[in-house]
Amino acid sequence: MFRSHVLVCGGTGCTSSNSQQIIESLEKEIEKQGLAEEVKVVRTGCFGLCALGPIMIVYPEGCFYSMVKVEDVPEIVSEHLLKGRVVTRLLYDETVEKDAIKSLNETAFYKKQVRVALRNCGVINPESIDEYIAMDGYQALGKCLTEYTPEQVIQVVTDSGLRGRGGGGFPTGRKWALCAPNKAPQKYVVCNADEGDPGAFMDRSVLEGDPHCLIEAMAIAGYAIGATKGFVYVRAEYPIAVKRLQIAIDDARSYGLLGTNIFDSGFDFDMEIRLGAGAFVCGEETALMTSIEGNRGEPRPRPPYPAVKGLFGCPTVENNVETFANIPQIILRGADWFASMGTEKSKGTKVFALGGKIKHTGLVEIPMGTTLREIVEEIGGGIPGGKKFKAAQTGGPSGGCIPADLIDTKIDYDNLLAMGCMMGSGGLIVMDEDTCMVDIAKFFLEFTVDESCGKCTPCRVGTKRLLEKLDKITSGNGTLEDIDQLEELCNYIKANSLCGLGQTAPNPVLSTLHFFRDEYVAHVVDKKCPAGVCKSLLHYEVIPEKCKGCTACARVCPTGAISGVVKQPHVIDVNACIKCGACIEKCRFGAIVKR
Amino acid sequence: MKSIEELKAIRDKAKEKMTVRDASGEEGIRVVVGMATCGIAAGARPVLNAFVDEVAKRHLGSVTVTQTGCIGMCQYEPIVEVMVPGKEKVTYAKMTAEKAARVVVDHLVNGNVVAEYTVGSMLK
Repeated sequence: MFRSHVLVCGGTGCTSSNSQQIIESLEKEIEKQGLAEEVKVVRTGCFGLCALGPIMIVYPEGCFYSMVKVEDVPEIVSEHLLKGRVVTRLLYDETVEKDAIKSLNETAFYKKQVRVALRNCGVINPESIDEYIAMDGYQALGKCLTEYTPEQVIQVVTDSGLRGRGGGGFPTGRKWALCAPNKAPQKYVVCNADEGDPGAFMDRSVLEGDPHCLIEAMAIAGYAIGATKGFVYVRAEYPIAVKRLQIAIDDARSYGLLGTNIFDSGFDFDMEIRLGAGAFVCGEETALMTSIEGNRGEPRPRPPYPAVKGLFGCPTVENNVETFANIPQIILRGADWFASMGTEKSKGTKVFALGGKIKHTGLVEIPMGTTLREIVEEIGGGIPGGKKFKAAQTGGPSGGCIPADLIDTKIDYDNLLAMGCMMGSGGLIVMDEDTCMVDIAKFFLEFTVDESCGKCTPCRVGTKRLLEKLDKITSGNGTLEDIDQLEELCNYIKANSLCGLGQTAPNPVLSTLHFFRDEYVAHVVDKKCPAGVCKSLLHYEVIPEKCKGCTACARVCPTGAISGVVKQPHVIDVNACIKCGACIEKCRFGAIVKR
Repeated sequence: MKSIEELKAIRDKAKEKMTVRDASGEEGIRVVVGMATCGIAAGARPVLNAFVDEVAKRHLGSVTVTQTGCIGMCQYEPIVEVMVPGKEKVTYAKMTAEKAARVVVDHLVNGNVVAEYTVGSMLK
């Protein structure tokens, strides 16, 4: 029996900041101090507070150590694990109160969160099926197979009000109900783990932190619709997720939780992983299935819908990872419990990947209907550097932005759509006053132009033309007419593209045009970028009164564009200046400005 | 996997190994072992492990066993404090693994303080 468990985050975020080496060093130090029989090291999935990684929690005390370095490990072992003295300097400052240590759940970041899909992430060892079972894992599958008919399972999911978490928000119960009655010798359950929105990583986190949850949910879906085979389509860029999911599948098989006659009910189910090469379009359901079939990942027209004719021409249900992750809890705790959270038409919780100009970047799970203000100011800890909140972008390249005056909007599917936004997979990028909205639209357009599969013209050519227009505007050559044409082209692409990628690709442009048209106008009429981002529209200047003539800027300038005598105000040659910003960073007197 | 019962048996067994991770155990009984240099030198580690093992053996899920630093009475180490919610703290001194087993049975399970091991009885 171990007296202490040390949980170290093994998610991709913390792994990239050396958590693997920390684990190795921990095990070595623990061995050295003779504690191997007393202290257990557990590598978990993501805790969500990625900004403070690598993260370590020591139980039974529940001490939350943040930004741990390999060099800190000997101290943690000899002080805390051996002598019981908490290494206070490494504690997450929000958990420290005078003479006391607060529980992590009381900190601003976690207090408002309700973890359903992420409930086991950072809690269990994802490579141990026993730990998943200890958290009531596979109970929901057992309940379905022994107590419910497939129709009853679908009814529970329908009553819960769960909607697809991948972006569209289609009611999951209805999706299953559409597929269930279709008779065919073979049916499939497909999990869409082709997470492609820049900045979104909730699906990866579930796969890395709680892979069995997905297996259980897919088996439940299989039972509900009469499928015996499942595929998980996951991108090859997620090596940790793929590895842990494979371990989980193997373990589930050896426990008889996948395979034939599960729970002696006569129900058979098995599943396989398919690796995607990282094409964004493969997140679209028909393109994803085409890719699983071994063909080039291109979408196909619907109807026929996958529920009728999906993978290999068979009836198929496809859901996103986060959608599946909710299923076992809905079965165990009931549809009413799930429906009690959220708003009228958006039930339950949603995971958001907080990124951009925010203090606590990471993963948060909150009830639907939480306001953007709560997410940004309370959970996210606000914007660093005392800057002002300008907008938040949701839904990645398919979504739009929420401006500052709508910060009190309750976040759910319908409110976002009404604003011209989209839930998307849940990337939430916070932008401050230093962000140029035209530049943001351009950034997402560059992404969609890269990722357009090329099958249909409106998307292939249209997005390219959109980008060219945006380029023209940000380089200072745009006219008011360009803005009108931009809008017209956007609407055309939306109406005529084949799949979701093209139909939503203009959203970032339309949304920024709607809320920040004045910025577009400033770019074309005044030839100015109000946020000071678009390089062609600004130049660097030295304010002579502030310049002390320290020569620091001249020395750092890569093109030698700054000249001047020591202790005399310097001058920037705008023709030689490449606007790299190195001089601004170097100046200690705030004497250089962008105009 | 052939039955729910089989699954539940695995769950209960696995759950027990994870009780240490339940930080909300503040409601339950806390056993705190002095583990400063003086405590360790006097043999606190076998005492701590004995507590952990005995608590596990008897499935006392609500009991948390933790360490602390030096309390200041180094000559009485290993010192163990038992805190039962709503009751006064009991401090045991000069503990051994054998004594620990008895404290678990008498005090933690049956609620009877083992008076002869307490620091009070030794100061008399």
